[in-house]
Amino acid sequence: MGYVSVIAQEALTADVYSLTFESPTDLSQGFEPGQFLHFRVTDSFDFTLRRPLSLCAADVQNNQITVVYRAQGEGTKRLTRLKAGDRVDVLGPLGHGFLTHQGDKKVLLIGGGIGVPPLVELARQFHESQVRVVSALGFATQAQAILLDELSDCGSLFVATQDGSLGQHGFVTQLLTEDFCAGIDRYYACGPTSMLKAVQQVMRDRNIAGYLSLEERMGCGIGICVGCVHPIARDGKVVNRKTCKEGPVFLAEEVIFDE
Amino acid sequence: MNKSPNSVDMQVKFLSLTLKNPVMPASGCFSFGQEMENFYDLDLLGAVVVKATTLEERSGNKTPRLAETPAGMLNSIGLQNPGVIQVIQEELPRFRKYPNLPVIVNVAGTAVEDYVEVVENLNKSPDVSAIELNISCPNVKCGGIQFGTDPTMAAGMVHTIKSVTKVPLIVKLSPNVTDIVEMALAVEEAGADAISLINTLIGMHIDIEKRRPLLANGIGGLSGPAIKPVAVRMVYEVSSQVQIPVLGIGGIRTGQDVIEFMMAGASAVQVGTANFIDPMACPRIIDELAQWCDQHGVKKVTDLIGAARG
Ligand SMILES: Cc1cc2nc3c(=O)[nH]c(=O)nc-3n(C[C@H](O)[C@H](O)[C@H](O)COP(=O)(O)OP(=O)(O)OC[C@H]3O[C@@H](n4cnc5c(N)ncnc54)[C@H](O)[C@@H]3O)c2cc1C
Ligand SMILES: Cc1cc2nc3c(=O)[nH]c(=O)nc-3n(C[C@H](O)[C@H](O)[C@H](O)COP(=O)(O)O)c2cc1C
Ligand code: FES
Repeated sequence: MGYVSVIAQEALTADVYSLTFESPTDLSQGFEPGQFLHFRVTDSFDFTLRRPLSLCAADVQNNQITVVYRAQGEGTKRLTRLKAGDRVDVLGPLGHGFLTHQGDKKVLLIGGGIGVPPLVELARQFHESQVRVVSALGFATQAQAILLDELSDCGSLFVATQDGSLGQHGFVTQLLTEDFCAGIDRYYACGPTSMLKAVQQVMRDRNIAGYLSLEERMGCGIGICVGCVHPIARDGKVVNRKTCKEGPVFLAEEVIFDE
Repeated sequence: MNKSPNSVDMQVKFLSLTLKNPVMPASGCFSFGQEMENFYDLDLLGAVVVKATTLEERSGNKTPRLAETPAGMLNSIGLQNPGVIQVIQEELPRFRKYPNLPVIVNVAGTAVEDYVEVVENLNKSPDVSAIELNISCPNVKCGGIQFGTDPTMAAGMVHTIKSVTKVPLIVKLSPNVTDIVEMALAVEEAGADAISLINTLIGMHIDIEKRRPLLANGIGGLSGPAIKPVAVRMVYEVSSQVQIPVLGIGGIRTGQDVIEFMMAGASAVQVGTANFIDPMACPRIIDELAQWCDQHGVKKVTDLIGAARG
C-alpha cells in the first residue's frame, strides 16, 4: 500500500480516462480480475473518502495496473490531472473478484457503461486459457462505447446502445436471447444496479449460473466502516455483507435486489 | 514514517487503565480490529474501541449509508453488528495477543433493558477493559440518541448501567443538544467514570438529480474535520465543569489535532473517519504527537491536558 508512480494517463472518450500506474502490491503474488483499487484523491483531507476503481488490465511482468474510469464528480475529475511520473496513494488490489471454473468452455461477459472495465482482464485470462469468450456490452450511445477492441480481441463481441447509434437498439439484456445464450457455461456481469437486476432475472430464466460485480458506496474499502454492504442470501439466511471485503463480486443467485 | 522520540513520556493513566499513549481508534471506525492488523501492530495504540455492540445481531440500515460532504462525511450505518454473544465469543478473544492493549466495548441498544443485558453479558467476558455507553447514535429509529438528548433519561440510564457493570463506565455524549454541559453534569452525577465526546452531528445530503436525500435513511451522522471545532469547543466547556476525565473525539487527522483536544482538556482522544482515507492514521498521529512534544520541550504528554484553559 501507499504511494506509487503513475505510468501514463490518456482520455478514451470525452469523459473516460485510462490510468496506468505501478501496482501497490506485487501482482505476481496473485490477484483476481474484478478486484478494485482504492484511490486517495489528494494528499490533503479535502476529500474525506477514497474512490474505488476496478482493475481493468494487469501487466504482471512490469507490475503495472490500468484502471478505466469516468470523470463524473469532483474526485474522479481531480484524478484526471495525474500524469506520468506523479505519485498517487492507492490501496489494493482489494476485495474478491471473479472466480473462474475448471471445465467451463464458453463464458458470457455482460457489461454496462462504465461497468465494462473489469471484464477486460477477465476476458484476457479466459482467452489465454482457451475458454471461448462472448461479450455483450450496453452503452447509452456510440460516443460512450469503450474497450470494444480489447474485448473483441478475446472473442466475439455484441453491442447494444440505448439510442441505436451502435449495434442493437435497446438495453444489453435484449441481446441475451435463448439462442444467444445456447452453450454458455457461465456468465460474468458488471454494470449499473438496474442492469444487474435485469441480467440476474434473464439469466435465471436461461438457467445459467454466474457472477455479479456490485457497486455500493464505499468508505474505507478495507472492511472497517460497514458502509458498503449488500444483502446476500447464503446458507438460508440473508445477511448484509461487506462488498469491499467479501465482494464486490458475488454469486448471482445469492444477490438480493430491492423489489 | 519517523520513529517516535523516546524522550517524551506518552503514557496516560485513564481511570484504571494504563494507555501507552493517548490515541485510540473511535467506535465504528475500526470494526473489531481484525482488518487493521494487515496495516500495523495494534500494540502501537493507546487502546481500542470496538464497534457498537447490541443485544441481538443487527443488520443496519439500507444503502446508500455513506455520503461524502465538504471536509467530512455522513453515515447511517444503523449499528450493524453480530450481537453481544458473537462479539464475546468470536471478536474480543482475538485481542488476547495484546496483553497491554485496553479494549473498550461500545454498547448500544434501543431500550434500557437491552443495554443492561448487553452489559451483564460483557461482565462475563475477561476481555473487556471498559464500557463506552453509546447513548448518542443518530441512526436508529428509537432509543440511542433519545437517551443522549434528555439529561434526565441519560442520568437514569447511566445510573442503571453503573449498578450493573464491573468495569469502568465511559459515557459517550451526543453533540445534538442545546447544552452539552448540562448533559455532562447529569451523567457525572449519575455515576459515569468518564465522558467521551462527540458522537456525530445529525445532517442530510440531498441528491439534486433525484430530488431525494442521498442516504437511504434520509438523515445521517456528520463526522470528519468539518466537526472538529464543535468537538473542541464541547471538550473545552465540559472538561472545565466536570471532575471526571474526558475523551476527545471529532475530526482528528493529525498529531496537531490531538494536541488541540488535549489542550482543551481531553485526557486522551479517539480517531474515527481519518482511518478510512488513511489506514495508517493512528500510528502516524501517535508519531506526530510525540514529535511535536519533543520539538516543543513537552516531556510528558499529560502536561498538555487543559493547557489552553488557563
Ligand atoms: C467496486 C467498485 C468498482 C468501481 N469501478 C469503477 C471503474 O472501474 N470505473 C469507473 O468509472 N467507476 C467505477 N466505480 C464507480 C466509482 O467508484 C465512482 O464513480 C466514483 O467513486 C465517483 O467519485 P466522484 O469523485 O466522481 O463522485 P462524487 O460524487 O464526488 O463522489 C462522492 C462520494 O460518492 C461515492 N460515489 C459516487 N458515485 C458512486 C458510484 N457510482 N459508485 C460508488 N461510489 C460512488 C464516491 O466514491 C465518493 O465517496 C466503481 C465503484 C465500485 C464500488
Ligand atoms: C461509519 C461510522 C460508524 C460509526 N459507528 C459508531 C458506533 O458504532 N458507535 C459509536 O459510539 N460511534 C460511532 N461512530 C462515531 C465515531 O465513533 C465518532 O464519534 C465520530 O465519527 C466523530 O469522530 P471522527 O470525526 O474522528 O470520525 C461512527 C462513525 C462513523 C463515521
Ligand atoms: S467500505 Fe468500509 S467496510 Fe466496506
